[in-house]
Amino acid sequence: MAKKPVISARNVWKIFGANPKKYLSQISADYSFDQIKEDGYIAGVKDVSIDVHKGEMLVIMGLSGSGKSTLVRCLSRLHDITGGTISVDNQDIMSLTEKELIELRRSKMGMVFQSFGLLPHRTVLENVAFPLEMRGQDKYTRRERALEVIRLVGLEGREEYFPRELSGGQQQRVGIARSLAIEPDIWFLDEPFSALDPLIRREMQVEFLRLQGLLGKTIVFITHDFDEALRLADRIAIMKDGMIEQCSTPDQIVLNPATEYVRKFTEEVEKARVVNVEAIMEPTGKPRSSKNALYGNKKLRDVAKILASDTREFIPVKDTDDKLIGQINRKKALDIVFGE
Amino acid sequence: MKKHDQNERDLKAIDTNTGIASIFLLVALAFLLSRGILPAWLIRIPEALVPPLAVWLDLIFNFIKDDLHLIDLTRAISGGLEVLLDITANLLYGRNRWPKLGPIPWAAVCASFVVLAYYLGGLRLALLALVTFVWTALIGQWKIAMQTMSVLTLAAPFAVLIGLGLGITAWKFRTFDKSIRPILSVLQTLPFFTYLLPAVIFFKVGPTAGAVATIMFAVPPMILMTTLGLRKVSTEIVEAGHMSGCTRWQMLRRVYIPAARTEILVGVNQVIMLCLAMVVLTAFIGMPGLGAKLLAMMGSFKIGRSFEIGITIVLFAIMLDRMSKAWVMKQPVHFDRGTQWWHRHKYFLLSLLAFVFFLLLSQLIPILAEVTRKQSFSQGKEIDKIIKGFLAIDSIKNTTEWLRWFLNVKVLIPFRNSLLWIPTPAFILIIMGLGWYLAGKKEALIAGLFFTIVAITGWWDRSVITLYTVISAVVLATFIGIPLGILAARSTKWSSRILLACDTAQTFPSFIYLIPAIMLFGVNDVAVVFSILIFAAVPLTRYTIEGLRGVPPEMVEAADMSGATRFQKLLTVQLPLALPTMGVGFNQAINFAFFMVIIAAFIGTQDLGQELQRTLAGTELGKNFVLGMNVSLMALSFDFIITKWTETRKQALGLG
Repeated sequence: MAKKPVISARNVWKIFGANPKKYLSQISADYSFDQIKEDGYIAGVKDVSIDVHKGEMLVIMGLSGSGKSTLVRCLSRLHDITGGTISVDNQDIMSLTEKELIELRRSKMGMVFQSFGLLPHRTVLENVAFPLEMRGQDKYTRRERALEVIRLVGLEGREEYFPRELSGGQQQRVGIARSLAIEPDIWFLDEPFSALDPLIRREMQVEFLRLQGLLGKTIVFITHDFDEALRLADRIAIMKDGMIEQCSTPDQIVLNPATEYVRKFTEEVEKARVVNVEAIMEPTGKPRSSKNALYGNKKLRDVAKILASDTREFIPVKDTDDKLIGQINRKKALDIVFGE
Repeated sequence: MKKHDQNERDLKAIDTNTGIASIFLLVALAFLLSRGILPAWLIRIPEALVPPLAVWLDLIFNFIKDDLHLIDLTRAISGGLEVLLDITANLLYGRNRWPKLGPIPWAAVCASFVVLAYYLGGLRLALLALVTFVWTALIGQWKIAMQTMSVLTLAAPFAVLIGLGLGITAWKFRTFDKSIRPILSVLQTLPFFTYLLPAVIFFKVGPTAGAVATIMFAVPPMILMTTLGLRKVSTEIVEAGHMSGCTRWQMLRRVYIPAARTEILVGVNQVIMLCLAMVVLTAFIGMPGLGAKLLAMMGSFKIGRSFEIGITIVLFAIMLDRMSKAWVMKQPVHFDRGTQWWHRHKYFLLSLLAFVFFLLLSQLIPILAEVTRKQSFSQGKEIDKIIKGFLAIDSIKNTTEWLRWFLNVKVLIPFRNSLLWIPTPAFILIIMGLGWYLAGKKEALIAGLFFTIVAITGWWDRSVITLYTVISAVVLATFIGIPLGILAARSTKWSSRILLACDTAQTFPSFIYLIPAIMLFGVNDVAVVFSILIFAAVPLTRYTIEGLRGVPPEMVEAADMSGATRFQKLLTVQLPLALPTMGVGFNQAINFAFFMVIIAAFIGTQDLGQELQRTLAGTELGKNFVLGMNVSLMALSFDFIITKWTETRKQALGLG
C-alpha cells in the first residue's frame, strides 16, 4: 500500500473532564484508563495512531464504551481532540477554521448514525437533500440529485414520506442516502445497523456491500458486532478502553490475535468462514501438478468439501487467472476447518 | 463502594437533620410556653424597627422611571402596542379605530375556527369550537369575549416570541441561563397584582397595560420550555446537522428549532393558557372584557349572569387548550407526489372559504353578524332564580349554613387566632425546624431568611393571615384530593376519567373558582377558603393518581404474592412509593393557593392581597412591590423545602 492515506491520525487523545488539555500535559502515555478515571477524567481515545487508505474499508470494532464512537467523532471533528494530530488529505483538521471545516464536510464527508439522526419534520426527499440545501444548491438540482440517491438505496416511491412513517431499515436507508447526497470521498458509518432487527441487519449489510461495490468509497465503519466486522472489513481495528488493541486484516486477527483481549473475541468465531486459502498458503518450491487447484481468494469453509476428499498432503493454489501461486498444507487447513 | 459511602453519609445527614430540627422546634416551644412573660419586642417586631422599605423602593423606582427616562421608553412602546391593539380591537369587536373594518361577523370567525379545529383535532374538536363560539354569540357575550380575545391575540404571540428569544439566549449562554433562573422562579410565584401596578404606571391604564402585564406573566414558562426543548435535541440529529455542513444560523433554524418543536409548542400552549388567565384578571386594572363583566356581576351578586360568563370563559379555556395541544400532537402526514397544491392546502382554503361565505351571508342575515341584546338567549335572571331556589331548599341551606358555621367558628377562626398568637421568632423557628427536618440545612436557612425579611417589612400579621388561608385551604383540600385520588387510582378507567377532569379543570382561569364559592357561601372567609380549596384539590388529586399508578407493577405483584390485603397493600407499598409524586402535587397545591388567595382579596379578605388590591388604585409602587415580595418569599420557601424533600425521597426510594 504505497498510496497516501486519506485519513491519518497520530497519537490522538480525547479526554473528557474539567480541564482535559492541562490534564493531558501532566500525564504520560502509559497512564492506564483506570488511573485516569480515578483522577476524574475519562479517556475516550487514548494515544491512537491509525491510517485509512483510499478506497479501503476500515472497521473499528469494540464493546460499548471502548471509545470507537468517540474516535470516529474525532476523525470527523465532531469532537475536538485533546492531543495528537489528525489530517485528512494532508490537511490538519484541527487547524481548520469553522468556515473551512464546514466546507470540508459539505464537499468530502458523509456520516451515517446509529439511530439515524433524521430530521423529523422533513420528508425523505427533504432529509436527503438537506446537505445540498445547506451548501446552497438550487432547488431543482438538489431535488434531482436527492431522487438519484433515493433510487440508489431503493426507496423510490417513498420520497414524500416522513421518517416516522417508515420502518427502521427504511429510515436507515434515508440516513445512508443523505450521507451520500454530496458524493463524499470519506464515508463514516457509526454502528449503522445496530438498531435494526437481525434479519433486516443482514439485508442491509448485503445492500451496503452492493453500494460499496458500486461506489468504492473510503470508509470508516463502526460496529460492536464482530461477525459484521469480519464480513465487511478490509482491515479491522479492535478497541478497548480508548486504545487500539490490534489493527489488521480479518485473517490476521483470527489467526494471530495480538493480545489476550483480541484472542477472546476470536475464540467463538468459526475461523474457516473468515480465513482465505491464501492466508495459510505457502510458496511452492517447484510447481507440481496444478490439477484440482484451489482458488486463493476462497474462504476455507467454501473449499472444506474438497479438503476433505482430496487426500494429497499439499494442495495447489491458483489465483483468479488460474495461475499457480502456491500450495496449502491439507492437515493445517483441516485443523482450521474443524477448529482444533 | 463509593456509592455506598455516599449513602452512609446521606443517612447520617438525615440523623443530624432530625436532631437540629428538634432543637429548633424545642426553642420555639420554649417561646410559646413563655409567651405571657415575653417582652413585646420578642412577640412582634416593634414598629420603630421596621425600615421604610416602600419609601426606599419608591425612590429607586422614581429614579429609574423619571431620571433614567424609562417612562419615555415604555410610553413609546405602549404607543406602538396601542396601535396594534386598536387594530385587533377594531377587527374583533368594532372599536372605532383604524382600519375601521370591523367588527368581523361572529359567524365568519366561528366558521374559520371550526375548520381549523377540524384540521387540528378532527370532529370532536370542531364540535367544541362550534359550541364555544355559538354559545358565546347566542348568549350575547360576543363583544366582551372579543374584548378579551383582542388582547390575547396580541399578547400570546408577543410572549411566545420574547420567550423564544430569551430561551435561545439562555440555551446558548450558560451564565445568562444561570442568572435568569432565580428571576424566573420569583416571577412565577409573584402575585399577579404585582404585575398589574407597574404595568399601569409604565404603560397606561386599559388594554395596553393589560397586554403588557399579560405578556410579562406568560413569558417565563416559554423561556423554560424553549431551553428544555433545545437541550433535548438528540446528539445524533445535531451531529447530522454538523456533518451536513450547517453554519451556526442554519443549525439553529433548520435543525434545533424544528427538532425541539414539541417542547416549543407545549410552551405555546402554556403561554396561551396563562395569557387567558391573566387577561381575565386584568379586569382589576379596568381592562374591559369577560373578566371585568364577571367581576361586576359577582360584585353585585348576580349569580346567574356570573354563571353564564363563567361557562363562556371555561369553554374558551378548554377550546384554546385542546386546540393548542392538538397542534403539539399534530404530526406531518405525507402527500403522494404530484398532489395538487389546492389539495395540499385544502384546510387553509376551506377555512378561508368558510370565512368569506359567512362574511357575505351575514350581510343578508344580520343575526349572523351580531346577536343583539334582545335576541340573546341569556337566562341570567331565570338561572338566578333556579340557583337561589335550589340553595333555599331547607336541607341544602341547612347544610351550607352549618358548614359555614362549623368551618368559621370551629376551624378557621381558632386556627387563625392561634397562628397570630405565635410570637414572630417562634414562628420563624418552627418554619426553619420543619424545613430542616424535611429538606436540610440550605432550605431551612433560606426559609428562615425569607420569613425574617417578611417580618421586617412590617406586614407580619397580614402575611400570617395569608398563610393561614393557604394552609387551611390546602389541608382541607388534601381531605378531598387524596381520597379521591386513591379511589380513582383503583381502576384504569376512572384514573383516566379523573385525570382528564383534572386536566380540564387546570385550564380554567383561577377566577372561575370563585363562582361556586360565592354561590354556596356568599361573601366571606369560608368562600375564600372554599374557592382555594377546590383550586388546590385539583393538583392533589391528579398527582395522587399519577403517583399510585406509577408504582412499578412488580412491587404491587410482590405485595399481592405476599398475601397483602388491598388496604395493607395501599398502606405499606403503594402510598409510600407514591409519596414523592404526591409531594409534587402538594407543592403545586400550595403554589396555586398562594396565587388564588390574592385573587380572593376581592371577596374581602384581610391579608396581603387586600392591601395589594388597594395599591392598584394609586401609585404606591414601592408598597405594591413589598407586598408582592412577601407573598413570593413565603411561596418560594415552601417550594424549596417541598421540592428538596420530594427529590431526596425519590432518590432514597431509587425512583430516579
